[in-house]
Amino acid sequence: MGMTMTQKILAKHAGLDTVKAGQLIKVKLDMVLGNDITSPVAIREFYSYGFDKVFDENKIALVMDHFAPNKDIKSAEQCKVCRTFAGKFNIKNYFDVGDMGIEHALLPEKGLVASGECIIGADSHTCTYGAVGAFSTGVGSTDMAAGMATGEAWFKVPSAIKVNLTGNFNKYVSGKDVILYLIGMIGVDGALYKSLEFGGDGLKNLTIDDRFSIANMAIEAGAKNGIFEVDDITLDYLNDRVNRSFEIFSPDADAEYERVIDINLSKIKPMVALPFLPENAKPISECEKVKIDQVIIGSCTNGRISDLAIAAEILKGKKVAKNVRTIIIPATQQIYKEAIRLGYIETFIDAGCAVSTPTCGACLGGHMGVLASGERAVSTTNRNFVGRMGHTESEVYLTSPASAAASAVKGELCSPDTL
Amino acid sequence: MKTQGFAHKFGNNIDTDVIIPARYLNTSDPKELASHCMEDIDKDFVNKVNKNDIIVAENNFGCGSSREHAPIAIKASGVSCVIAKTFARIFYRNAINIGLAILECEEAVDKIQNGDEISIDFDSGIITNLSKNETYKAEPFPDFIKDIIEKNGLLNSLKR
Repeated sequence: MGMTMTQKILAKHAGLDTVKAGQLIKVKLDMVLGNDITSPVAIREFYSYGFDKVFDENKIALVMDHFAPNKDIKSAEQCKVCRTFAGKFNIKNYFDVGDMGIEHALLPEKGLVASGECIIGADSHTCTYGAVGAFSTGVGSTDMAAGMATGEAWFKVPSAIKVNLTGNFNKYVSGKDVILYLIGMIGVDGALYKSLEFGGDGLKNLTIDDRFSIANMAIEAGAKNGIFEVDDITLDYLNDRVNRSFEIFSPDADAEYERVIDINLSKIKPMVALPFLPENAKPISECEKVKIDQVIIGSCTNGRISDLAIAAEILKGKKVAKNVRTIIIPATQQIYKEAIRLGYIETFIDAGCAVSTPTCGACLGGHMGVLASGERAVSTTNRNFVGRMGHTESEVYLTSPASAAASAVKGELCSPDTL
Repeated sequence: MKTQGFAHKFGNNIDTDVIIPARYLNTSDPKELASHCMEDIDKDFVNKVNKNDIIVAENNFGCGSSREHAPIAIKASGVSCVIAKTFARIFYRNAINIGLAILECEEAVDKIQNGDEISIDFDSGIITNLSKNETYKAEPFPDFIKDIIEKNGLLNSLKR
């Protein structure tokens, strides 16, 4: 029996010819990531067990993005722990305020992740790098500490669900709508412990940013990783950024999948996930009227340049509705600069939006857009759990950037084609 | 390895944001985290929970973020084991890595009621409901996981 793409990457990094689902293996890591929330716990563990060196100072990335620029004294102390650690061990990829961005937009942009590589991150959305054909998964702080010390991690080899994409998008539909549609179909534990492997003819119609959004939310279906087959779109992206050789893996023709799901992109409409789970997904056109208080456009799911482009296209020459606080958060400094160059930032400010330096803050109710009781937000982020963006009696509606921008103008949840 | 305590029941998809809300992630102190454990789903949990108590939940317990603060908060609140039908995979790893015992057992979850007194034998995977005089069988841990737990966590197991 052949192997899936994920299984082939894991076998290679375990030094084995083949692996099969359920097998326990130890793999060599190409990158170990942490942020300002998870790294302090990992660093404390690292020290308390007496480790005195890291496995490779080039293969660790520490990104101060969650509660940075620091929202309070405790957050400042946490960043200080990371900064001191990075200095002490000469961590090459330490990113602080000024050059940091949201980790899962930043690492690909900097060429720190590539096809065929094996990456762990103490952040659940580390699965994002499957967009460029890497095996990449979220772990906790202890795994991060062990990874920093040994360059290794243990895994149970996952089985897989194949997602076969066909057709092309309708206007205003993007990767975010695809992943909300998929999670709505299979549920928040529909891919528990498994890989989601994306392929098919429709792949050519997905930009790299569409793929980042989709792979990013694989975890919201419970998946261990989400991964895309590598094509010219992937290689164009990687060749511009990655200065080392990397390997391309394809699934075997006889790879075993637990399930094959066919998705025709042309059938997907602008989607929303209603509170309080990402699986509560349905076309916006089928929803009742929802008045909103806030719109967030940004995050590791949807803070990239094409996300800002479509939001700017919709907001150009318009004003956001009165009493709808609209906050736009470019995911990295490079995206921010590009958005300035292309005039998007001026468009946003003219429309009455606030524009923020990169931060994860709003997505998890940390800072830069916390909700009060009874308030509702339309957001391009990835989770709408109880209390995710603030008060336990607030609500988050997850959509694409196009739908979020349209909703900001209308003052209620809406599909861009109804504006 | 054995434990005995009272059951606190929860539903499906208990996510890490309700286990330990992000507004408290500006600290990693176990005691402080424990004082907010389950706050956004059951404000009174921290007052009700006693040492060695057991959380019993339905499917996909611990879904969402990778924050290790979630199993740390549960462990520091005194809970000795979480029994669920299934766990989200990052929570599963994190719990093992920090030495919080977890078991998957559909029958136990269906039959245990809130407040039942439960004893667990981790070597055999036998869960005994002392209040109802019933036993349920969970898969005991595979050897490599037992090794991590016996050595009190992943990092200890790496020590030579």
